[in-house]
Amino acid sequence: MAENNNLLVKLDNCGVYKSSKWIVRGISLEIHKGKIVTLIGPNGSGKTTSAKMILKILKSDEGQIKNFASKMAYVPQKINIDWTMPLRVVDFMKLTSHINNLEIVDALKLTGVDNLLYNDIHNLSGGEFQRVLIARAIAKKPDLLVLDEPVQGVDFNGEIALYNLIKKICSTLNCGILLISHDLHFVMSATDHVICLNGHICCSGTPRSIVKNSAYIELFGEHNATTLSLYQHNHDHSHETDGRVTNNV
Amino acid sequence: MGELQIMFDDFFTRALIAGIGIAIIAGPLGCLVIWRRLSYFGDTLSHSALLGVTLAYSFSFNITFSVFIISAVVALLLINLQKRTKLAGDSLLGLLAHSTLAIGLVLIGFLTSIRFDLMGLLFGDILAVDVEDITIVYLGGAAILLILYFIWKSLFSATVNYDLSAAEGMRPEVSNFIFTLLLAGVIALSIKMIGALLITGLLLIPAAIARNISSSPRQMVIIATLAGVISVIAGLFVSLEINTSSGPSIIVVALLLFIISLIPLEIKGQLQK
Repeated sequence: MAENNNLLVKLDNCGVYKSSKWIVRGISLEIHKGKIVTLIGPNGSGKTTSAKMILKILKSDEGQIKNFASKMAYVPQKINIDWTMPLRVVDFMKLTSHINNLEIVDALKLTGVDNLLYNDIHNLSGGEFQRVLIARAIAKKPDLLVLDEPVQGVDFNGEIALYNLIKKICSTLNCGILLISHDLHFVMSATDHVICLNGHICCSGTPRSIVKNSAYIELFGEHNATTLSLYQHNHDHSHETDGRVTNNV
Repeated sequence: MGELQIMFDDFFTRALIAGIGIAIIAGPLGCLVIWRRLSYFGDTLSHSALLGVTLAYSFSFNITFSVFIISAVVALLLINLQKRTKLAGDSLLGLLAHSTLAIGLVLIGFLTSIRFDLMGLLFGDILAVDVEDITIVYLGGAAILLILYFIWKSLFSATVNYDLSAAEGMRPEVSNFIFTLLLAGVIALSIKMIGALLITGLLLIPAAIARNISSSPRQMVIIATLAGVISVIAGLFVSLEINTSSGPSIIVVALLLFIISLIPLEIKGQLQK
């Protein structure tokens, strides 16, 4: 039963149907406390849609979702804040939680942007804003943290530092993390479970097992796969240009 | 009690008290209207208010109550229409605004037995408010502000980013719905005083003034409220002094304040060059 106490979210064969087609389908996954699950896959493969399903922003049109998380925090892929809204970093940090300035500064320090506390949010650079977004999510002390391409626009050194931070947060807060990332190096070296998505789950497993999987190799190419393991070609299905599966191989 | 009685006896004092009450409610709601780009939505609700007033006269209902019901129904119709058709939001708003306005005007034609002041309806007559009106404004206003206080966090976070708000358990769908009703409420409270055509002005202009000179949401709400109160007081005194209609005078003063509020932006722009 110890295993079950750590379960935060369980999706069983879930999917989202929109404008007469399935955006994603057949998504089954589990997120546990203290573990990082990553979603990888090409553009339009349904990574963000799956994340939104887990976050209860979108309803699943089939299957079952069990969500035991008591506090979720979200770093969306993109966020536009209109000029008509005067907003400083400090106001943004308090958006969905009641936290004091001390906690805010502590969180901003973690992502290296505590100097921006009273800056106008409209004047931040893309990377700075991304760091604020991550800090805001961490400051909530969630038990489930969903990060959708959290380091986009962040400089190279910052990227490594932020990924290390994400890994550290996972163990210090003992929270479950769902990460959407294109950084295969980090995904393969630091996450516990990898799900390879292309409208459905192509393959999933530990990073070590996934790089050997033919579906992964087909999606990400031999080059990325061979950096970590030997390439064993072993198709069980292939994809059309729009990501649909054809089983004729 | 004697002094208070004398104070309320003066029509001008009553107008001031009522107007200030409306401005205080309009401040925070106006900010939300601007942030959420709902100015045309406000217009639609206030146009439909005319229908509410006509119905109130026809069936001798309370005007405030009747306007609130009609505005709320129109708001719900809009949400429903948005789900059914792919017409853009502004087209739907125009459709609702003008058709409810037209129905209202047609109905007025049937009310020949009642002396009807159409101008008063369109532009309001704040100088005619009585103690009962003031009581309604302050009780209704207190209710609106209290509710707004409780849903503020949810409403504000959803204004910044709906997905974030939904993901982090703020229940934005609930607060959005309540906000629509509050907007209908403020229109119902102010129709008699400001009139159907000018209410959106009192919602929007003070908030626009505030945006020009504030750097945080809280500041913007406070400045918008103050700007509204100043517009009401100055507008009423101007209208008394040079004998102009009170509602429009309030809006003109607000416009002047808006122009003044552009100056700091201008200076900041120059300095940054």
